[in-house]
Amino acid sequence: MLTLARILIVAGLILVGVPYMLVGIGMVMGTMGMNDLFQMTQTIVIGILIGGLYALIGIGMTLIMGVMGIINLAHGQILMTSMYVTFVSFKYFGLDPYVSILISMPCLFLVALFIGRYLLDPLIGRESILPENQVLMTVGIGLCLTEIMRFIFTSNYQSVRTSYANKAYYIGSVSFNYPLTIAFFIALMLTVGLFVFLMKTDIGRAIRATAQDKEAATLMGIPQRKITFSTYALGSALDAAAGSLLLPVYYLFPDLGGPFTLKAFVITILGGLGSTVGAILGGLTLGVYESLGATFISMGYKDAVGMVIFLLVLTFMPGGLKRVTKI
Amino acid sequence: MGPIFVFILAAVLPLVVNHDYYQHLMILVLIWVVIGSSWNLLAGYTGQVSFGHAAFFGIGAYTAGILNTKLALSPWWGMAFGGFTAIILGVLIGYLCFRLRGPYFALATLASGEILRLIANNWTDFTEGMVGILIMQTFVSKLPYYYIILCIAAGCIGVIYLAMNSKLGYYFVSIREDQDAAASLGINTTLYKNVSLMISSFFTGTAGAFYMNYMGFIDPSVVFSLHHISIQAILVGIIGGVATLWGPAIGALVMVGIQELFRTAVFGLAPKWVSQGHALAFGLLVVLTILYLSNGLVGDWPKIKKVLFRKAPQETS
Repeated sequence: MLTLARILIVAGLILVGVPYMLVGIGMVMGTMGMNDLFQMTQTIVIGILIGGLYALIGIGMTLIMGVMGIINLAHGQILMTSMYVTFVSFKYFGLDPYVSILISMPCLFLVALFIGRYLLDPLIGRESILPENQVLMTVGIGLCLTEIMRFIFTSNYQSVRTSYANKAYYIGSVSFNYPLTIAFFIALMLTVGLFVFLMKTDIGRAIRATAQDKEAATLMGIPQRKITFSTYALGSALDAAAGSLLLPVYYLFPDLGGPFTLKAFVITILGGLGSTVGAILGGLTLGVYESLGATFISMGYKDAVGMVIFLLVLTFMPGGLKRVTKI
Repeated sequence: MGPIFVFILAAVLPLVVNHDYYQHLMILVLIWVVIGSSWNLLAGYTGQVSFGHAAFFGIGAYTAGILNTKLALSPWWGMAFGGFTAIILGVLIGYLCFRLRGPYFALATLASGEILRLIANNWTDFTEGMVGILIMQTFVSKLPYYYIILCIAAGCIGVIYLAMNSKLGYYFVSIREDQDAAASLGINTTLYKNVSLMISSFFTGTAGAFYMNYMGFIDPSVVFSLHHISIQAILVGIIGGVATLWGPAIGALVMVGIQELFRTAVFGLAPKWVSQGHALAFGLLVVLTILYLSNGLVGDWPKIKKVLFRKAPQETS
């Protein structure tokens, strides 16, 4: 209970407290007015909605990092591939993107299983000059995925026009973007599902055990390699879900993956390595602060917010939010 | 003897192949030799894998460009100053990032490169933003450019050779192998990491300034690009062989060669769709190299020789 309270307090402080405090300072200094106060609510709402999707991406990456110990630099590219799969099912089979999650998740799960088993597994424990061989392999994989998609679909921008794409519903004067809200709730359900999986099922416990202590887990009879590439596939499946959910609000092109890999990384570092709760908090934080940056600084510097957060966390709080929330 | 022969060969080559397109390819190869070798010094020899070398390339290029647009200096002054601005940037990035190890360092450099790209994109008063900088090229023929970059590349490899064969080389490798053990022996690891970074950034910055002079046009998405500069530098190093002197040079040759081979559909011999897959071919090559030749083409040359010349009789001793 204490942990939950601590998490909620920290979340509340970061997501709501600090932004309003900044507005308060602005109002005291005279540069901001009541208008900005209302704008702040809307900004935070949009930030949390999109933060939910970011959190899903971040959870995928932190799972992979916790168990495999490698940075999956192909994360954004898997997202992009899932978006293409969803696009194809929308264009050729008329399936709504939210329904296509049921297609893209298994698809990418299998692709990631293949990648983990045949490309990443041989590199574990292999002697080489640079220890970062696996990370560099994920760079190569990401490059290949991008180029395969470019080969099939060319570099043209694609988009998906759903009937509800531009609708929004209002609570008071705050608008909730329809596609983003649905995406947020689906992401929420997936996250809850993941938690149940990790806490209650045997495989979930095996994954958590491997993340905590690989050798001890092996001694307990947990098959190392199977769990390792199953986790890679699981993380990628979550990523794929986020991709399907993001398709209605993003233009799709092969080079989409890069910025998302960076975002996933910022979220993982912010939340603390291997911490799923941290990834959720990190995702929401990144969403809110990007939104703040876009509204109050400029659209162009939106991506810079993530980079600045990243460097700040690395410099001042290397353990990430895990240090504060202790989970 | 070997390197001098290679240098003479490289010097004579553009006179023999007197075609603009091939000379352009050779200049590109040489630019990547410089960038790849610089990255290799920092990453392969000193063990600090940087994902943000585009920062140094870009700042060299922008130094040349901005000196031209703002101060009306010839962009060749940028060649002299580009390296030094890159060193200053390098010291700054080193100060921020060297406290981190391994993958964290890699990502911190990645973030630095991206921040610089975003600054260059948005600080339109200073850098012209996304419009980029356009200058008049000094020479019409490609030959002078070729010889300049050849000298830079030779200088780069020469300096790396001298550094690695001196005590500096031992310091670098000791930091790569075990930083804490090196520190416990009394080696000032921060100082030597910075020295490595300064040499690396100097040459990358000079290559950037050269790029500005040669291409005549730069913009943030080209010179500060994560995918086209930073990651390509890493891939060039990996394919050629990290921690070898000639690895990145071979890697540059392979990278440009394979991509051009596919882009021209094997010079017109293969079907048209092959040209769509030029980057894919390179990507597949990278994956296969990491899987089977983890020390690169040069580093794993004994392994390649063993496979190619398998028929040679083995003497049992």
